[in-house]
Amino acid sequence: MAQTLAAPNALHVRRANRVGVLPAMIFLVLALAPAGAAFGPESYVLGLFTRVMVFAIAAMALDFICGYGGLVSFGHAAFVGIGAYAVGILGAHGITDMLVSLPAALLLSAIFAYMTGTVCLRTKSVYFIMITLAFGQMAYFIAGSLAPYGGDDGLTVRMRSTLLGFPFLQNDRTFYYFVLLSLFVSYLVLRAIVYSRFGRVFRGARENPTRMATLGFDVFRFQRVGYVIAGAVGGLSGFLLANAAEFVSPAYMSWQRSGELIIMVLFGGIGSLHGAIIGAAAYLLIEELLGGITEQWKLIFGPLLVLVVLFARGGLLGLADTIRGRFGRG
Amino acid sequence: MADPVLQINDLHKNFGGLVVTDGVTLDIGQGELHAVIGPNGAGKTTLINQISGLIAPTAGTICLNGADVTGLPANKRAEIGLARSFQITSVLPRFSALENVALAVQARVGTSYRFFGRADREQTVNDVASAALAEVGLAGRELTIAAHLSHGEKRALELAIALAMQPKLLLLDEPMAGTGHEESARLIEVLRRLKGRFSMLLVEHDMNAVFALADRISVLTYGRILASGAPDAVRTDPKVVTAYLGEEME
Repeated sequence: MAQTLAAPNALHVRRANRVGVLPAMIFLVLALAPAGAAFGPESYVLGLFTRVMVFAIAAMALDFICGYGGLVSFGHAAFVGIGAYAVGILGAHGITDMLVSLPAALLLSAIFAYMTGTVCLRTKSVYFIMITLAFGQMAYFIAGSLAPYGGDDGLTVRMRSTLLGFPFLQNDRTFYYFVLLSLFVSYLVLRAIVYSRFGRVFRGARENPTRMATLGFDVFRFQRVGYVIAGAVGGLSGFLLANAAEFVSPAYMSWQRSGELIIMVLFGGIGSLHGAIIGAAAYLLIEELLGGITEQWKLIFGPLLVLVVLFARGGLLGLADTIRGRFGRG
Repeated sequence: MADPVLQINDLHKNFGGLVVTDGVTLDIGQGELHAVIGPNGAGKTTLINQISGLIAPTAGTICLNGADVTGLPANKRAEIGLARSFQITSVLPRFSALENVALAVQARVGTSYRFFGRADREQTVNDVASAALAEVGLAGRELTIAAHLSHGEKRALELAIALAMQPKLLLLDEPMAGTGHEESARLIEVLRRLKGRFSMLLVEHDMNAVFALADRISVLTYGRILASGAPDAVRTDPKVVTAYLGEEME
């Protein structure tokens, strides 16, 4: 027995180490970016990278349920929007302290995930996609009908969130690092969950739900918990988005936004968490670059996405692996 | 006398106009190995699916250890001690053999709503899982991804998963399906070792296995129990011989 068990541990340690290098590099680059930005158009670069990280958090949450749970949600932007509106609406009433708005953003998006998940998770595959889309659109139209809070036009966030009255996020650089910290914590938490007991059941439910049920797992309840976790992390992204844009709009919840999140996940490489960060960065940077050349940047981006999906099944991460493999074999 | 482990009473299942289970009454005693045989389409797998809770019967009752479980979903039945294997291999293809079994162990020990700490490093769970793998002859294959196991090894893995649940009742749906001669001989040996330790319902086409292992045999045709009894009695039952065993027994 002792012999057979030495081996698994060795493998797990090796695997854990291998996963660690690329994410460490990503976070290192993000941590150093502001220092580099100081030599160029600082506020532009800070703003762009802040946006990247905000969407990376939402994309990572989506990757958690898509890539590990097999639950392709087409309404993930709703959670982002709810988190953002929590900041906007509380702000409109003069409540800017994040000790209130952050828990509110997380809790409201988690509750929305719990309620919609209870319905959505009774369906499978295409039906799941459609019903999450329907709930997403529902949230979008409800936000647009909130006349006291700007309706379709949205509302301005007059002041970034404060902590115990202290407006420490007013400084763009501080805000940048606050978003980076949020991304880092989200990544660590989601990663821990993936490899935990819960995560193992959640991943197993994607592989073979019938088998999981006959092992004694209530698949529906496990999936709902996973869905709520993803919803809450989406809400965190929304909280940060409202602060980054200093503006809240129903457009945050539109199905196009949900689609963009899916594209980010696919583009980066589904089922890896840090792939979602790469995907979000790639999507937003390409948008920024091509958008500077032409209004119709999606005409170029579209074929690019098709190529990545066709020839690099694992997204950009998979592409990198393939290239490394070719070089390795020489 | 103690309750039988499994007690099925007048079970019926119709798929629309098609009668698949037609008044099946059957029981399995403590430690008994009860085999169900019958031609293809007799309703054997449908019967197992009803016992394990994947299909709801149209009428009738299913009792486990004296408790009526007819209305319980599959996961609740697993919780109170029912394990099964599938005729068509049903494992988690991208999980290692060890993790496939470890999940079965995890389901039994403590809560699975634990969000931190690596599940694959839980030594006690891994120990039990390795022991179950060793029991079915898969020692040394712990780290192989289930999808990469040979067909016979997957059949053994099915069995290991079921064993790891330490069930009160084990439902085996054609555990030897599709295995070669050597592999099925090995699986028969495994089942022989398990006999007596677990109460088992065995559905199997391999007559050598059935007559070698079973304490009792029920013959199912067209969803009905045609005959039930000790292997020797069933073997010579004229109804059975004409209906099913005919060519094989000659």
